Amino acid sequence: MTTEVKENERKLTIARAMAEALSQEMRIDPRVFVMGEDIGALGGVYGNTRGLLEEFGAERVRDTPISETAFVGAAVGAAQDGMRPVVELMFVDFFGVCFDAIYNLMAKNTYFSNGSFRVPMVLMTSTGGGYSDGGQHSQCLYGTFAHLPGMKVVAPSNAYDAKGLMTAALREDNPVVFMYHKGLQGMGWLGTERGATVHVPSDPYEVEIGKAAIAREGSDLTIVSVGIGVHHALRAAEQLEGEGISVEVVDLRSLVPLDREAIRTSVAKTGRLMVVDEDYHSFGMSGEIIATVAEHDPAMLKAPPARVAFPDVPIPFARVMERYCLPDADKIVTAWRTMQLRERT
Amino acid sequence: MTMQPTTAQKLWMYEKMVTSRRFEEAIARIYLEGKQPVFNMANGPIPGEMHLSDGQEPCAVGVCVHLSAEDVVTATHRPHHQAIAKDVDLKRMAAEIFGKQTGLSGGRGGHMHLFDPAVNFACSGIVGQGLGPAVGAALSRKMQGKPGVAVAYIGEGAANQGAFHEALNLASVWKLPVVFVIEDNAWGISVSKMTSTAVPHNHVRADAYAMPGHRVENNDTLAIFAVAGEAIERARAGDGPSLIEIETSRLAGHFMGDAEGYRPNGEKDALVAKDPIPAFRRHILETGEAGEDELLAIEKAASKAVDEAIAFARHSPDPEPADALTGVFIEAKPQGADA
Repeated sequence: MTTEVKENERKLTIARAMAEALSQEMRIDPRVFVMGEDIGALGGVYGNTRGLLEEFGAERVRDTPISETAFVGAAVGAAQDGMRPVVELMFVDFFGVCFDAIYNLMAKNTYFSNGSFRVPMVLMTSTGGGYSDGGQHSQCLYGTFAHLPGMKVVAPSNAYDAKGLMTAALREDNPVVFMYHKGLQGMGWLGTERGATVHVPSDPYEVEIGKAAIAREGSDLTIVSVGIGVHHALRAAEQLEGEGISVEVVDLRSLVPLDREAIRTSVAKTGRLMVVDEDYHSFGMSGEIIATVAEHDPAMLKAPPARVAFPDVPIPFARVMERYCLPDADKIVTAWRTMQLRERT
Repeated sequence: MTMQPTTAQKLWMYEKMVTSRRFEEAIARIYLEGKQPVFNMANGPIPGEMHLSDGQEPCAVGVCVHLSAEDVVTATHRPHHQAIAKDVDLKRMAAEIFGKQTGLSGGRGGHMHLFDPAVNFACSGIVGQGLGPAVGAALSRKMQGKPGVAVAYIGEGAANQGAFHEALNLASVWKLPVVFVIEDNAWGISVSKMTSTAVPHNHVRADAYAMPGHRVENNDTLAIFAVAGEAIERARAGDGPSLIEIETSRLAGHFMGDAEGYRPNGEKDALVAKDPIPAFRRHILETGEAGEDELLAIEKAASKAVDEAIAFARHSPDPEPADALTGVFIEAKPQGADA
């Protein structure tokens, strides 16, 4: 567990933790500035820039026109010129209007220049559905970003990791895509997973990018997930514990670099692997994690691996349809039962 | 009173134009090695696409003569003349175009991805996508209170890209020191400006973003010098961005191997007849600012620099193949602001 500290407990939402990391780093590093849509007076639609405008002013906390191509591209140019921009892409679904700036510039200029140009910027973006926002405002797209070389990708499941990963991202010399799940942000109007709001130390600290955490130890099944999937997995683990099944939950925290060692170590112990991913099923994170084990040593697996992921359909609006598709604890338990059946045969 | 170049500035512009042309001629010659009689882009010492800048040199020198190393240029898929005018290291640039270990990026970039931090020069091979980074570099200078302007080069086709309109608006809203330069060679590969663009000329689009818009006709080096000088001065003074569209000519095809069957009969010959380099040479001789001997010496020196750069590229080793796997990320821990 990453958050066992109990004395002087100070629980923060992920939104507050992100804002705190930003403000603390902005105090010591004049190169850090924030720009994006509605990140000034509004404090970000998801609250992660609240208080920054008041403290740092409109020069360093810049509301932008609705021009993602221009301001993500501008962040690349500013980063190459010695600044450390943080840009917010309000919904990850919006990447479609500005992806060239992301994958052809932000992610590639370091390589194209053999490191003579650096692009130290943080692209923070919201992910996830579950509140009937329809198929252009509910995606995760972890696999899309993680697939393309040149950007680090993080996705915290709780406020402790959110602050530490943000601080690490701001001090990183490479572009980092910081994907925060709307269902974890602690915005009342979105409904929030309570487990994401945890103790957060007030001093700055880093959570190493590329290091997974064991969110729960166990010996019979490894569930690997990220973001809100970690909470579904923890809930399923509790349910299965009542049946005498000991579940280990690996919270990846970062997708790039991927902590393959942590995945393999856990599966070596449990012999069983399930991946929970709110992103689309095919060609994504879940397949990559299974390949990580299968390529290494398929003999580690006592049962065929399983995945609980979003089916390969656009995200439907109707509540019952969206819930049918979204991973949750019940689907994880069901997948476990199927795994058991397949193990016996 | 329009801005006039000094004699030294004229000779600098002439030298850079000649260097650029000699460079392109050498690249064109070597590019065809191994590609004849059957043209296969993958073969020869310089594989891949090759977009030559013959004819567009005035756009590079007339603007860059006003810049120094600290100023930022974002260039296009056709970047050689811009790079040469920005004083990018010619040897390492040639080596990068050859894909050699000694290249600017050790062969990772190629001719559409030339990066030289010493003179703040970067490229993107995607139409219009250097605009955002130029706006960002200008923002960085403004925020840091550091001198320097950013120049974003694009072709006329890029003015129909969303990035163009977003970047102009953002630069104007934030009053940033950027100059947007359109090299209007009238053709987006095979599609003419006339059939693709709703306005006759793109400089009028500046009105939509509350910035000055200028049009320079006839690929005129001196007129470019004057208009660019004014725009750059305005940017340096903190008065915000400008847009310049330059009528220029693409004397090579879109890329090497382009048969240009789409051009009307006679168009190319007319452009060759108006080649801006001999025209500028005549101008210098007519004004008496330099004599034949001096220009010959400049031309000889330009040829020598190009020959040396090409020889350096040819004789440089290939990269280690496995080095392809390095350089995706900066590995070292960065220095913090307080470190």
